[in-house]
This record gives sequence, C-alpha cells and structure tokens, in this order.
Amino acid sequence: MIGWIEKLGHAGLLFCEHVGVSGLFLLRTILRKPRVIRLFPLVVEQVYSVGVLSFVIVALSGLFIGMVLALQGYNILERFGSVEQLGQLVALSVVRELGPVIGGLLFAGRAGSSLTAEIGLMQATEQLASMEMMAVDPLWRIIAPRFWAGVISMPVLIAIFCVVAVFGSYLVGVEWLGVDAGQFWSNMQASVNFRIDIVNGIIKGFVFGIVITWIAVYQGYYATPTAAGIGRATTKTVVYGSLVVLGLDFILTSFMLGGW
Amino acid sequence: MTDNFVEIIGLHFARNDHWVLNDVNLRIPRGKIVAIMGPSGSGKTTLLRLISAQLRPEIGKVLVNGVDVNSLARSDLYKMRSLMGMLFQSSGLFTGLSVFENVAFPLREHTKLSEDIIRNVVLMQLEAVGLRGARDLMPSELSGGMAHRVALARALVLNPQLMMYDEPFTGQDPITMGVLVKLIKHLNEVLELTSIIVSHDVAETMSIADYIYVIADSRIIGEGTPEQIANDKSPLVNQFIHGLADGPVPFHYPANKYREDLKL
Repeated sequence: MIGWIEKLGHAGLLFCEHVGVSGLFLLRTILRKPRVIRLFPLVVEQVYSVGVLSFVIVALSGLFIGMVLALQGYNILERFGSVEQLGQLVALSVVRELGPVIGGLLFAGRAGSSLTAEIGLMQATEQLASMEMMAVDPLWRIIAPRFWAGVISMPVLIAIFCVVAVFGSYLVGVEWLGVDAGQFWSNMQASVNFRIDIVNGIIKGFVFGIVITWIAVYQGYYATPTAAGIGRATTKTVVYGSLVVLGLDFILTSFMLGGW
Repeated sequence: MTDNFVEIIGLHFARNDHWVLNDVNLRIPRGKIVAIMGPSGSGKTTLLRLISAQLRPEIGKVLVNGVDVNSLARSDLYKMRSLMGMLFQSSGLFTGLSVFENVAFPLREHTKLSEDIIRNVVLMQLEAVGLRGARDLMPSELSGGMAHRVALARALVLNPQLMMYDEPFTGQDPITMGVLVKLIKHLNEVLELTSIIVSHDVAETMSIADYIYVIADSRIIGEGTPEQIANDKSPLVNQFIHGLADGPVPFHYPANKYREDLKL
C-alpha cells in the first residue's frame, strides 16, 4: 500500500515537473524581445511546412466528412420530412464541433508529429547544440518560428476544413440527393450566427493551435536523442495532442454554451 | 590576459546519481593544442560541454579567458561563446541548408555584412578546408569527412580564439583522418588558436598535441607531453595508450561466476 502511494506521489511530482518545465519553455519561447523583421521569413517558411503541407489532408477529410454528414443527415431528416434543414445541420455540426476537433486531431497527426520528429532529430544530430555554440538561441531560431506558424495555421486550416465540408454536403445533399439549393443555403445562412458559431470555432482553432504546437515542439526539444526516443516523443505528441484537443473542446464548449 | 585560456578547478559533475567527473583540475595554455584522451564513456565530451557551459558542474569552476562561465548571464555567455568554436562528433550541420548556407549561418546571425562580403568570406573558409567546389551540395550529399570539414569551416568563420574538437577522427577513413590532423595543426598555427581535442584515437592525437590529459574512472589519471604519456608506466595509462585488451579496465563487465550462469 505504502509502495503504491509512493509511486502515485512520484508520478504526481513528475507530472508537476513536466508542467513547470514545459510552461517555462513556452514562456522562454514567446516572451522575448520582438525581432519581427528577422522572425517573419522564418515563420513564413514554417507556415508553408506546417500549414500549407497539411492543406491536402485537411481539405480531403473535410470533403468526405461533409459528404458523409449530408448522407446521414438526409437519411434521418427524411423520416421527419425536413430535408431542407440539411444545410443547417451540416453547417452547425461542422463549424461548432467537427471542424475544430477533427482539424485539431489531423493537425496533431500530420504537423505535430512532423514538428516533434524534426526537432528531435536536430537534437540527436547535435544541430541544436551547435547552434547554441554559435551563440544563437535555438528557442528563438528553431522553436519560436514553428510555434507561431502552428498558431497561425491552425485556425486557417479549420476554416478551410469547414468550407470544404459544407461544399461536400452541398454536392451530396443538393447535387445528388436533390435537396432544394435555395432552401439548403438559406436555412444555413439563417441558422449560423457569425459571433456564436464562426468566431467560437475560430477561437477553438486558435487555442488548439497553441496547445498542439506547444506539445509538439516541447516533446521534440526534450526528446531522448535516440531513434527510440524520437519515436516515443512523436507518439506522445499525437496521443497528448489528441487527448488535449478532445478535453479542451469540452471545456471551451461548456464555456461558450454557458454564454460567457 | 591569463596564460591559460581555460582553467578547470576542482570540477565535479554527476549524472543520474553517478559521478561522471570527480575532482578534475586542468589547464589549457593559450596557443597550444591540448588533447583530452580516454576510453569511451569516460566523460571527455562532457568536459567539453562543461567548458562551453552547455552543462553546469555540481562543484568547481570553469574559467575561460579568466571568467567563470557559470557565473555569466545568458547574454554574456553568448558573448563568451563567440570566442569559441566547436566541431561536434556528428558535425552538427543544418540538414536543411546547403554547405554555403551552413558556413554563412553564423555571419548572417551575428554580423550585418553585405551579401558580397559574406560570399567571399564563406568561399575563403571553404577554400581553407578544400571544399570550395562543394558549396552547393546539401549535407546529405557529403561524406563523413567532408561534413567534418564543412563544420570546421563554419566553426572558424567568426574567428574564434578557442577551438574544441569532439572526436574529430572517429569513423574517418585514413585519408580523411590525415587531412583532419593536418588541418587542425595548420589552423592552430596560422590562426593562433588554442585547441582542445577530445579523442580516443591515440596515434593521430599524439602526433599533433602539445600536452595530453588522460581521463578514466571519472578523473585525470595521467598528464604530460606526448612523450611523457607514451612512456608513462602507470597501468591504466599504459593500457589505454597501448590498447591492451585487459588491465585495470577489465575486458569483462562485472558478472556472476561463469559456471553459475551456465548452471554447470
């Protein structure tokens, strides 16, 4: 029993230590003298690698999810004779929940894992140490551009996901299943509120972007510099990133629905 | 200006509750090539990282140019590091940048030189290591020896006063090894550097070192000129220098009795 309590205490202390170290790591990354002119091209480069290269997987996922939602939604709404509500159903589901959450999960899998592996490998091949020896802070040169690129890319990717998903639902609902286009769009327009739905979805994307990228760069920076260590760090990024997205989504939704 | 560029006093460093370095004292005189030799895992690379303040000791002082590097704030430490260059064992080249951009990297970060001057300085550095023609190659297209030479050019591009070489000869073919030995000696003389070589390649290191420290069992077990070390009669130094399979450093890792393990 004592041994069990001891292990629990040790795990708790370890958790607190990780939270503290990762918090300081984030603060050291973002709280520094702004060097916008130097940082800007580095961030643009990373937006390409983190954001633009994630576009295809995010857009394709959005398309298929929109199509499936339309198919399932049509099937159910048809029973109640209200298929004209299809646009509303799809748009609200995607903009409020599916867009940010699935976009976040895809981002953790595609961009998060790639960031962790890249930074971990830089650590293992002494690239970060050599940068330190050249009196260049890796947190500024390597971590900060990747962090900001993730924070910028995530809401944009989520917006793209939502637009493509709505388009996918239009293809299935209107073009294939024959829902009236006018009703489809007008119901959607009438029910989606910019402030409550779209802005909240973007806020979620922004928060998920911060958290996933933070986890990814932290795991990469502190990865054990071996093949197995980098593999473990990459797995942790995807697992922790996904769980945090799901958990935070619940918390944010409860705040947003609570009329904060 | 002190005579010793680097001075280590009573240094203790532990990792995972184990002393990696225990009461180490050494001096690196200005303008000399000093080798730190010893078996794998004896703490040689750790010592280099302590000198460059990438690690902090539990006890003891590391003085570089008369200043305790562990007392410096981050910005002052970075200023101090501009006096140092380091060649890493795995070269540490940035894999996303070409050879030219790798060498230009410190110049772009720390100076406001025009592109024309950067180009000329980089090409001069690459010429010095014989790789001017490889400027457009990526690190993945270089052999191990070439990568080391590019890393050397990059480390020297800001004219450091102290060069640290971490296992520069490990895994190199004989030709590359010869080239690196010659380069290290030549650069030390021409650029009036102070050099620290960490290595376990006995013959190559002894051929260029002015003074040698031998580390084993977390401490310095021998020191002197290459001749003194070659003639050192202490069993540990003797075993290392002459590459004897058995001696104070046993061939076998501690284990139960062989017969017991085989259940005979």
